[in-house]
Amino acid sequence: MDPQYDYVLKAVEERRVRLIRLWFTDVLGQLKSVAISPAELDSAFEEGVHFDGSAIDGFSRVQESDVIAKPDPTTFELMPWADGGSTARMFCDIFNHDGTPFTGDPRHILRRNLASAAKEGYGLFTAPEMEFFYFADGNPNHPPELLDSGSFFDLTTSDVASDLRRRTITVLETMGIPVEYSFHEDSPSQHEIDLRYTDALTMADQIMTFRLVVRELAMEQNRYASFMPKPIAGIQGSGMHLHLSLFDENGNAFHDPDKQYGLSDVGRAFTAGLLRHAHEITAVTNQLVNSYKRLVNGFEAPVWISWAQQNRSALVRVPVTKMDKPSSTRIELRSPDPSCNPYLAFSVIVAAGMKGIREGYELPAELRQNLAELSPADAAKLGVTSLPASLSDALDAMERSELVHEALGEHTFEWFLRNKRAEWTDYKAHVSPWELQRYLPSW
Amino acid sequence: MVAGEQQAIFAVFSDPDGDAGGVEVIRTLSMAGFGCIEVGSASDLIRSKPANGWAGTIVAIAEDDAKAATAWGFCRDSRKLDEPVMNTLVLISGSNLPELAERHEQFDDFIIAPFHPSEFEARLGHMLWRSGQAPGPETVEIGPLALNLETYQATLANKPLDLTYMEYELLKFLALSPSKVFSREVLLNRVWGYEYYGGARTVDVHVRRLRAKFGEEHAHLIQTVRSVGYKLDQTR
Repeated sequence: MDPQYDYVLKAVEERRVRLIRLWFTDVLGQLKSVAISPAELDSAFEEGVHFDGSAIDGFSRVQESDVIAKPDPTTFELMPWADGGSTARMFCDIFNHDGTPFTGDPRHILRRNLASAAKEGYGLFTAPEMEFFYFADGNPNHPPELLDSGSFFDLTTSDVASDLRRRTITVLETMGIPVEYSFHEDSPSQHEIDLRYTDALTMADQIMTFRLVVRELAMEQNRYASFMPKPIAGIQGSGMHLHLSLFDENGNAFHDPDKQYGLSDVGRAFTAGLLRHAHEITAVTNQLVNSYKRLVNGFEAPVWISWAQQNRSALVRVPVTKMDKPSSTRIELRSPDPSCNPYLAFSVIVAAGMKGIREGYELPAELRQNLAELSPADAAKLGVTSLPASLSDALDAMERSELVHEALGEHTFEWFLRNKRAEWTDYKAHVSPWELQRYLPSW
Repeated sequence: MVAGEQQAIFAVFSDPDGDAGGVEVIRTLSMAGFGCIEVGSASDLIRSKPANGWAGTIVAIAEDDAKAATAWGFCRDSRKLDEPVMNTLVLISGSNLPELAERHEQFDDFIIAPFHPSEFEARLGHMLWRSGQAPGPETVEIGPLALNLETYQATLANKPLDLTYMEYELLKFLALSPSKVFSREVLLNRVWGYEYYGGARTVDVHVRRLRAKFGEEHAHLIQTVRSVGYKLDQTR
């Protein structure tokens, strides 16, 4: 038996684990779980766990719906906050009955895209800045009520939110998810926790764990934590800025001390790939109707497809790094939001960046001016286009994209489009309070 | 099966078309009354396992770097099998002796090639006696950190420390040579043992994860030695 399996079996015995949660993710990015007892673990490793996938979004197929979940022993961790610490979790890879990977499994889709980059000698490392809100009322069906009135970097040591954030960080670190920084964000009740970089597959797993830990710990206190991109109109929404770099056998492939901002030709071409394919991948990195209410001018979210070193209105930034730390040269993609499916988002990001490298895309000129004030006429003069303005526009761009089709694979590409079109149709037929307020008195 | 006086059988790993000393090993083993089976990989150990198990392995380390790496890989893999094969006697040339320094966990004894048959026989005899007597170290303790090598359990300040397999392997490797500095490349090669994309960066990621699990109070146990690598050390 693989020593990794043996290791997990011994840990389960020694630590008296009573329940093992087998986790996987559906196409929309929702965490799913099958619980097994320690006695079933041996066979779960050898044969996997069979289940009917037809009830799970993106898993259903016309003919066969039975799939097999195989736990990945490298992801075994205890869940220190749950059931007095007697529960552990592992992420799973999903297979068909004939042993082939199930094409609707987001983790498999990311593995496939990372393997294709690895074939060319590159490994993708990512570090997200996770933004979210804490709301005072634990019931998400009630209107969101702010928990504090603090703002950026405020030292609100006594409030509930700071305690919650501190406890969350302790749990994350115990689970091997190192935190780089954490602070109170710009808007009241908004918080940010930045995770330390790791390889993209591990990071996607960590983001899934992160969202669960943040929400469950808030729920323990009868609060509600939300990763909705724009929960409150008029104040900043929640983004998931992504720091990205590629490593090859010589180290950081994005670093070249002789180039502008220390960004190598590989880094420039990767960035050019992200910019050129930004329209096509946005439906995946920003997958909700609500995502597009964050991507508007005036709230530090990107609107125009541009890059710059310092510009906070740019889509891609090249953060300043210390000269003696070549390993930290990276780019920051600012459009994704924390409601995305991280496996699929990383898949389309690495596909777009690698295409830029493979085909030697030229990076357009840096745009340093504040783009928030850019008029459509100025934009046309500069040759800058904007990100899709709505989920519908983003889906149109995705549907035409060979790149996204290839990155997600036929099954998931089709299913995602169908599901999201339905979401848009639903939304389009909805009459909002804004419309009633605005039109009812006059018409 | 009735346990009786069965012939002890050794697995012999050597470079088939080289001069690492495999032929002399086989001759000496049979002269001394031991059985032997030649193997080419750790999976051969499973395939060709004698009914009464392996008495041990004899591994000839070739002079050639790539071949030496394969031989060391065999040593490592044979100890990570479901039923690890211990009692590893390494046959090595005098000029390669420095290779032993960082690999203490991968062999039990060594002999310099070319060897004298009676010394070879005496070393084998002693190795077999020792393995029948005293078990290897069961726990390693460095300051507040303790690793139980039998059960894979780690504790820090007497509290359980829950690690993934690779975190545990990295920590064990550092703990077996406390205060010694290892470069990222050496750690990657010796702990992971295969080509891993992202390379040495993977080591940094795991070190940071271990420090996170240690908590602020004990994070300094793994120290970064600037532009060299990492070491496990209880002194600040």
